[in-house]
Amino acid sequence: MEGETGNFKVKLRKKPRYVREDKCTGCNTCTEYCPVQYPDEFNQDISNNKAIHIYYSQAIPLITYIDENCLYLKEEKCRICEAVCQNEAIDFNQTEEIMEISVGAVILAPGYEEFDPKIRADFGAGRYDNVITSMDYERLTDSTGPYEGQILRPSDLKPPQKVAWIQCVGSRQVNPPGANSYCSSVCCTYTQKQVILTKEHDPETECTVFHNDIRSFGKDFERFFQRAEELPDVRFIRSYVSVTGKDPETENVIIKYTTPEEGVKEEEFDLVILSVGLNPPPDVEGLAKKFGLELNDHGFCKTNPVNPMETSRPGFYVSGAFQGPLEIPETVVTASGAGSQCGELLSYRKGDLSVERVYPPEKDVSLEEPRIGVFVCHCGANIGRVVNVPSTVDYALTLPNVVYAQEQLFSCATNSAEEITEMIKEKDLNRVIVAACSPRTLEMLFRDTLREAGLNQYYYEMANIREHCSWVHPRQKDEANQKAKDIIRMAVARTHHLEPLMEIKLPVDKKALVVGGGVAGMTCALSIAEQGHQVYLVERETELGGTARQVYETLEGLNVQAFLSDLIKKVYRHPLIHVYTGAEITGTAGYIGNFTTKIQSTRGNTEVKHGATVIATGADVYTPTEYLYGEDDRVMTHLELEEKIATEDEMIAGAETIVMIQCVGCRNEDRNYCSRICCNESVKNALQLKEKNPERDVYILFRDMRTYGYNEDYYREAAGKGVVFIRYEPEQEPQLEPAEEEGRPVIKVTLPDYVLQKNIELDADVIALAAAVIPSAGTREVENLFKVGLNPDGFFKEAHVKLRPLEFSAEGVYLCGIAHYPKMISETISQAYGAAGRVLALLSNDIITASGAICEVDKNKCVTCGACIDACAYGAIEFEETDEAGLKAAVNPVLCKGDGLCNAVCPTGAIQLKHFTDEELLSQIDAVVPEEEVAETKETAV
Amino acid sequence: MKPGEVKKLDHPTDLNGEQLIKNLAGGNLGDVMVVGGGVSGIQASLDLAAVGFKVYLVDRAPAIGGHMAQLDKTFPTNDCSM
Repeated sequence: MEGETGNFKVKLRKKPRYVREDKCTGCNTCTEYCPVQYPDEFNQDISNNKAIHIYYSQAIPLITYIDENCLYLKEEKCRICEAVCQNEAIDFNQTEEIMEISVGAVILAPGYEEFDPKIRADFGAGRYDNVITSMDYERLTDSTGPYEGQILRPSDLKPPQKVAWIQCVGSRQVNPPGANSYCSSVCCTYTQKQVILTKEHDPETECTVFHNDIRSFGKDFERFFQRAEELPDVRFIRSYVSVTGKDPETENVIIKYTTPEEGVKEEEFDLVILSVGLNPPPDVEGLAKKFGLELNDHGFCKTNPVNPMETSRPGFYVSGAFQGPLEIPETVVTASGAGSQCGELLSYRKGDLSVERVYPPEKDVSLEEPRIGVFVCHCGANIGRVVNVPSTVDYALTLPNVVYAQEQLFSCATNSAEEITEMIKEKDLNRVIVAACSPRTLEMLFRDTLREAGLNQYYYEMANIREHCSWVHPRQKDEANQKAKDIIRMAVARTHHLEPLMEIKLPVDKKALVVGGGVAGMTCALSIAEQGHQVYLVERETELGGTARQVYETLEGLNVQAFLSDLIKKVYRHPLIHVYTGAEITGTAGYIGNFTTKIQSTRGNTEVKHGATVIATGADVYTPTEYLYGEDDRVMTHLELEEKIATEDEMIAGAETIVMIQCVGCRNEDRNYCSRICCNESVKNALQLKEKNPERDVYILFRDMRTYGYNEDYYREAAGKGVVFIRYEPEQEPQLEPAEEEGRPVIKVTLPDYVLQKNIELDADVIALAAAVIPSAGTREVENLFKVGLNPDGFFKEAHVKLRPLEFSAEGVYLCGIAHYPKMISETISQAYGAAGRVLALLSNDIITASGAICEVDKNKCVTCGACIDACAYGAIEFEETDEAGLKAAVNPVLCKGDGLCNAVCPTGAIQLKHFTDEELLSQIDAVVPEEEVAETKETAV
Repeated sequence: MKPGEVKKLDHPTDLNGEQLIKNLAGGNLGDVMVVGGGVSGIQASLDLAAVGFKVYLVDRAPAIGGHMAQLDKTFPTNDCSM
């Protein structure tokens, strides 16, 4: 690796697979014949695999490789795979290749490695068979896992009836060495997931989780925890534990733990799962050295505290868990964020290396008699081992207008797809059916093969004989074979009625609107503008800055006000960013790529056009009604305390005892979520209070300390500096009462101490309430204006919680910052860059394509009842004045997503969904149940 | 060549002018290299490609997918991880 930003030269070593990628079809014949069995790393070494095999069942590429266990590679023996491969894909002459590539920037996404509990023989790992890791268990519950989804314990391969999880294995530990001081952030919730899945597998299983704080700090996590906790025979026990031994006969594992009610106890479990934490990726030091990067104290990549994707080396960005433990949506966020920053860097050469696809002109075959081609896929053995594929090919040829049929080992393989294109041309086909898998993944690919052959892509039809047939009836081969034929017959029937459809091409307006001028909105606007796009930045307040204006310092010591004023300056100075403050959005219309929004601001009334919209409207802080807030000025919120510390307020300077109360206004019935930031905020305030005066007493009254990730270190530091942490339960909240103690006016705080098992009293000079973060006041307004959704807690709802965390289901509208959910400033910045990355993925196109499979109204049949308008979730239908018939429903083809809900409610059948017309669907039903059978059934019924 | 032997590809600067241009246009010149083909690396690559950058996605394993491919389901929706 050498060079500098914009021009790095990288040498890569490409390991030989000994299998030719262009010839292997993934049929797995070689794997069946391979004589070498050894533990399968992908299945955590629980089951065996062969020396030649596909990495995992849905791997991309879905082809085999030969690893170092191969007899030929070790001893020059065997070569059976070479003999059995019909495609001559095995190539033992392949050698390691050294490739040299030149790139302008590098994104590092090497991920993490699970903590290995065997290193420290933690909790009997490696000593007892029935102690496994959470990743082992993940494979056990998986249907593609070692026992095809059956949960069997190692010692006797029997289903365990009593399962225990031990949390924080390898995390939140400083002694003995070998473990990590940080919290791995994901283990609490993945354990809850495993509990739920275990109960789904077998409702009788008893599940016990030993933990120390439940850290449900993410969006929707609190409800998920409740869902797990409320299942029958599920216990969450707050206790340190040790594994003290096993029963020599049953191999059951014995765990020793403590409860306040029963003291020290020992209990036997059939299976013990260690919820292991996340370590830096394998050979992280080598990686850092190779790329010239610095690592942080924990061995993960050192990043800029105000830009968690920026490494110590220009041109190098981090994506995902290499910056520290992250859950999946956050890794996706940082991926888009790192992408956006590469875009800023390399904006000047965007598109230079990309090549436009060119298709041959489309033939008009609408008046021709259908000439149908059927391609039946073996899908390796997935279909072929259940369905007799050759017999379905023969059968297809007997169906009306089928002029050609053939089998294919893998229709989706590049050469098979090319074969389809070739056969369309050779046999002059004008309709094509691939009988294979679900259209969800591959319909796009096969439609493309039609376009390559000059046919309209809507002449393609998929017959799903895998998910709908071979996978669900693997043991009833005869019936499955008949069903496959039925499915093909239905597809052929429908294909007769298919019509060519035009897709709609829309120009993209290259400008963006960002709603909200806090850290999220400003960061996002800057990143978009840096890539050459104009941005309209709209802020309700008269000043930019948002919630960050109330924050003075982060836990890591960042001066937030200095950072903020610098950011505001950059925004105002950027020639492509147009700022509107004191602004209100009075209306917005349009669709992806083409929005029009009306803004009323201190600059007057404006109407702007934009292709993308970013919602970054922030959040508010709850105004407490409890704990004397507003009645006694010694009671304040955590943010007010922070301000008073920063401005050296006299009351705080003189306070001897400060009591902080966590979870005020959330984690309750009204707001069933965790505000995520408050534990960290209180620890930060506590550390600063102690720093200014180490003699004073600081108490934090908490329910679960949720200092996730690296913030755990600050929690430990605070405890080390004498900050006292006392746990309380929501049923017995702390009681506050103004009082006088030895002439000193105090607020007396009373609460039970579960460790000491008695009530304690604290005499506080100041009370700080960790008030909830709540959806901003303008949320409903934004929801209605931009037709975006909210989650049950009133925060904006992303399109997909894991895979599309930065956008709404309303296309062209994106999301970042605490409007999505409470989060740290650094997390907000990640998300802002991420949203910018997604916006750029849209604005970089000159045109976008909308599907042709959309709804259409027959105006003669429409009775103007409006049922369709109510049914449409996308606002795609409106009444429109027609010349002859008055008001009638009309579909906006760009907004229509083709879900067909309107079809179902239309009383007169006036709306039809193109590509799924009544005629097309009824023809399939007629094909599956022949008329004679229907008549017979009727007679029997009579 | 025997298995395990390293075949070295020519360094671009070793080539004459014409070959160099060909190599740059079609071959080994890219915009961004993404190291790691887990969910994060895949998303970064997809985004960059959508913007119009040529991406090299590099992974140590014989298939992309990373740790997420090993997971059964994902919280808090319990959706299939694949």
